[in-house]
Amino acid sequence: MSGQDAPAEEPRSRVSVARWAADLAMGGRFAVTGGRESWARTIMTAVGVGLGVALLLLASSVPTMYQQRNERGDARSSFTPSGEVKPGADTLRLANAGTTFRDQDITGEVMAPDGDGTPPVPPGIDRIPAAGEMWVSPALKKLLDSDEGKLLRDRFPYRTIGVIGDSGLSGPSDLAYYAGVSQKAFGHVNSSYHIDHWGLADKKGANEPLDPALLLLIIVGCVVLLLPVLIFIATAARFGGERRDRRLAALRLVGADIHMTRRIAAGESLFGSLLGLAVGAGLFLLAREIIGSIQVWGISFFTSDIVPSALLALVIAAAVPASAVMVTLIALRGIAIEPLGVVRNAKPKRRRLWWRLLLPLLGLALLLPLAGGFGTGSSGGNMKAYQAAAGAVLLLIGITALLPWVVEAVVERFGGRGSVPWQLATRRLQLSSGTASRAVSGITVAVAGAIALQMLFASVGAQNTEDTGQDPNRAQLIANVPVNDGDQARDAFARYRATKGVRDLLGVTEDYISDVRPSKDDPTSVPEEAITVADCPTLREVVRITSCKNGDVFLVDSSSYYGEEPGFAKPGARVNFAYRDDGTPDLRKKKLWTIPQSATKVKPRPDPTGSERTGIFATPGAFDIADLPDPGAAAMIRLDPKVPDGVEYVRNTSAALSPAMDVMRLSSTSQSDEFQVIRKALFIGATATLLLIGASMIVTTLEQLRERKRLLSVLVAFGTRRTTLSWSVLWQTAVPVVLGLALSIAGGLALGVMLLKMVGQPLAVDWAGLGTMTGVGGGVILLVTLVSLPPLWRMMRPEGLRTE
Amino acid sequence: MSIGHTLLGLLEGGPRHGYDLKRAFDERFGHDRPLHYGQVYSTMSRLLKNGLVEVDGIEHGGGPERKRYAITDAGITDVEHWLTQPEKPEPYLQSVLYTKVIIALLTGRDAADLLDVQRAEHLRLMRDLTQRKRGGDLTDQLICDHALFHLEADLRWLELTAARLGQLAKAVRS
Amino acid sequence: MTPAGSLLIATSLHKTYGHTPALDSADFSIHPGEVVAVMGPSGSGKSTLLHCLAGIVKPDSGSVHYNGRELTAMSDAERSGLRRGEFGFVFQFGQLVPELSCVENVALPLRLNGTKRKEAETRAAAWMERLEVADVAHKRPGEVSGGQGQRVAVARSLVTAPRVLFADEPTGALDSLNGERVMELLTEAARESRTAVVLVTHEARVAAYSDREVVVRDGKARDMAGAR
Repeated sequence: MSGQDAPAEEPRSRVSVARWAADLAMGGRFAVTGGRESWARTIMTAVGVGLGVALLLLASSVPTMYQQRNERGDARSSFTPSGEVKPGADTLRLANAGTTFRDQDITGEVMAPDGDGTPPVPPGIDRIPAAGEMWVSPALKKLLDSDEGKLLRDRFPYRTIGVIGDSGLSGPSDLAYYAGVSQKAFGHVNSSYHIDHWGLADKKGANEPLDPALLLLIIVGCVVLLLPVLIFIATAARFGGERRDRRLAALRLVGADIHMTRRIAAGESLFGSLLGLAVGAGLFLLAREIIGSIQVWGISFFTSDIVPSALLALVIAAAVPASAVMVTLIALRGIAIEPLGVVRNAKPKRRRLWWRLLLPLLGLALLLPLAGGFGTGSSGGNMKAYQAAAGAVLLLIGITALLPWVVEAVVERFGGRGSVPWQLATRRLQLSSGTASRAVSGITVAVAGAIALQMLFASVGAQNTEDTGQDPNRAQLIANVPVNDGDQARDAFARYRATKGVRDLLGVTEDYISDVRPSKDDPTSVPEEAITVADCPTLREVVRITSCKNGDVFLVDSSSYYGEEPGFAKPGARVNFAYRDDGTPDLRKKKLWTIPQSATKVKPRPDPTGSERTGIFATPGAFDIADLPDPGAAAMIRLDPKVPDGVEYVRNTSAALSPAMDVMRLSSTSQSDEFQVIRKALFIGATATLLLIGASMIVTTLEQLRERKRLLSVLVAFGTRRTTLSWSVLWQTAVPVVLGLALSIAGGLALGVMLLKMVGQPLAVDWAGLGTMTGVGGGVILLVTLVSLPPLWRMMRPEGLRTE
Repeated sequence: MSIGHTLLGLLEGGPRHGYDLKRAFDERFGHDRPLHYGQVYSTMSRLLKNGLVEVDGIEHGGGPERKRYAITDAGITDVEHWLTQPEKPEPYLQSVLYTKVIIALLTGRDAADLLDVQRAEHLRLMRDLTQRKRGGDLTDQLICDHALFHLEADLRWLELTAARLGQLAKAVRS
Repeated sequence: MTPAGSLLIATSLHKTYGHTPALDSADFSIHPGEVVAVMGPSGSGKSTLLHCLAGIVKPDSGSVHYNGRELTAMSDAERSGLRRGEFGFVFQFGQLVPELSCVENVALPLRLNGTKRKEAETRAAAWMERLEVADVAHKRPGEVSGGQGQRVAVARSLVTAPRVLFADEPTGALDSLNGERVMELLTEAARESRTAVVLVTHEARVAAYSDREVVVRDGKARDMAGAR
């Protein structure tokens, strides 16, 4: 049947470049002029490839985005690594005055020049704000001007004099301000410092080689997110393949040989993918605009920062069309395009298992030797990183390669049992499981990788997630009020109590007292002990006492906790509360107080913040807080859950008390922010990939439905219910996706375990992450089915019977 | 095929001389076998005898005497009956059917009707043959099939003619 | 026309697709156990008549009565149910589900009606036996010849013991020998179970298996038995 096509009779070397070009060009022409059908095919491919290309371009822009953002971040940093700056004529006194409004973090600095010279001006603004003035970022200005920000306005008792320019912001949605205050205001600030310039002059950190473990994460992350995109592009290049094959068969009839048809097909997909590049560039520009106008987790990017790296862009422009052509040629190998039609190689060969197993095994083999430990900074760290990355990539690709075999093997076992839709779906899969597996393979990589990385992050995060010991049931907020004396503390508590939304307040005033003589062991130091003054209800929250009345004093011996010699604070002992300005006890001008004989020894109780206090606990009747030299006041606040925005009112009160004070929210656990962000990013990335795969599944499903238009009409003729066929579409999508998810969970867990072993973390499975990924997988199944339903129903109309 | 009915049908359009009749007949139906004048003469005498035509007038001239014939009411009825009666389906019917179709068209009758009736007749015979075939042995089947295929060919011709009636009517009336 | 005692009666059906009238006041009736051939040139409205009679397509006007119930007034679901339970269908081609085996294809209408798989396939096998295609039961439609495939389709149309069988050019894709055999088996089985058969065909030899014929021309149906 194909004698004339034997290679011996048509030496390939004789096929000149000109022929190639001519055939490719012909294919390109077919892509445009082949009527509605080929247009539709070309557009589908172009859009599919375009989506992939846009994602690739975005990914290739990440280095630039990251770099630009960091540079501007560094430029406005007030961190001085070289040490403390002494105040001078040209220095600026600063205090961090960041705050939080609802869920949004606002960065801010309050500042005052130290002298009459020229203090450094932060990037993005023209001059240092005078006391009572402030510069705000555009996003903060917008928030303050909006109704939503009404409550926030009270927090900033400054006049806005201008808007911070882009050079002073990381991204367009940064909420930031610079406010000028008087030097005197710093007296109400917990901590302040002086600077003589803005920005990190010293950028040594930037050129340091990446931590091998981080490199590993980045490589695996890229594979996880980009491999599915590549798979998607490959799938897109095959869109509408069956119709194209029939068209090529017609060309064979008028005399084209097999090689020519291949070249023509290659030309068609080359054209489609080139168009896809253009579409991708367009989508990228569009996405750029969109990204510039949104923010995720408080991070936003300037459109001008989103520029693909030139080298990567070149690689994309070359690799995408090349791989589209390759995919087409590979797909054509499985079929013979004969003049009278397309012959699929009679029985598709049974998929072989050995090489599919080889890939993941090879990956495991590369990973196992590293399981002992990794990233310990030993020599050859980079080599190990590459070995690990190669292992991980092989494992992930291996899972993908394994999928078609698994789908085939499992589907083979369905003996046509079950309901009619199930039967239709499984039989369909038995006949051509390849199409389904191809679409799902992208899911497999994405989910497996996401699971592995989630495990890694969850475990690392779990270490950073500490049980804070805080008890949000007892108090939700804690404010450490800078006060100069006990009166101010009392005043601050009163103002918090009067704040809207505050139901209850535990106010403690703390300070230190000292022994009246220096330590016996070290004559240069004087033993000290903490003193906490609070009313009886508050004391009950911090020490275990049964009875309490005003005038009582309690003692918690810290020595039993620290294993030191018994302290000096005993009932009847005299203590000193005079301190010098530098914070050391002043034994020359002692102020004395005698601990009453009635003072009882008690055990401490963790306060709402989870810390146990020791020392002397006095009621106001026993010790007058006005006597305290440099007290600290802590207000533990219980909010009225019925008042919305109670936190914001408390924060406003805080801001009025001190320009640079924020309140802390109590929660039973704390987790470092980065891990949250990375996990969310992973989740979003994996979801996006799943959606992309879903899109290509929709296209394949619709294509398949269109091919069977007539059959659908016949089924309708003999009374098949819509639901029957709808369910069959659902099962047809669900079986491969479920298998793919199962495989990727297994592979992801394996890879996750390896990664954990490598970084020496205890094994822990992130069930929540697994659950979410499974849920998203299920969502994709539903989505594909739902989107396929309207066309399915449209095709189920009897008009299909007439088209002959 | 019935020359008598054909000539009668031709006369329905108006009285004609015997020679005119021959010419009209040859023009329409006698492509390979022109009618002998003797045939016309004998047929007309038979029709005259049966009262289906009458002599409208005689012309005397240089040549032989020329009778002009006209159709009688009985003659019209006879044509009508002939046209509506389906032919017994048998091989090589088309010349008769063709004649009938042309006559029907010429005399303004419904030719489609004629064809439908004929088809029904054909089908009835085909049904009988099919029935016989199902009951019979291989010989019967082969014989029946032979007949069936011939009848089918006729039927196909009928279909084709039915599809071209409009065209034919135009050609006939021009 | 003899509507009395008819199983399926259609009166003055009109149906227009776009601007082309497919049916223009067409009448039809069929008795239980009767085989009626619907003939006529291509595009005359034969298939549209069949689709209207089977409740696949709703006519623009006119009515179809089946067994005393008005088909044209039923909901889509009711008509679908009727087609599943009481009607059978054979088409010219492309009617077998390619991924199901032949016996599963034959069992499909029963299963759509809720019959258990085992029983459905047993009954399907019996019908395949009868139509002389028992040997291809476990092959897929793509692996059997056209004649075998069409017999499988006939078996499928009869497996539910329908009251009316709609056959649209059932032998159109077959050679005469295969076509005749399929018609023989089809009409024999239908007559035995008193199934009425609406047989759309343009082939006289296929129509010769009918009891009478109806000719559709220009969207009008003409009962030739009545015309004689």
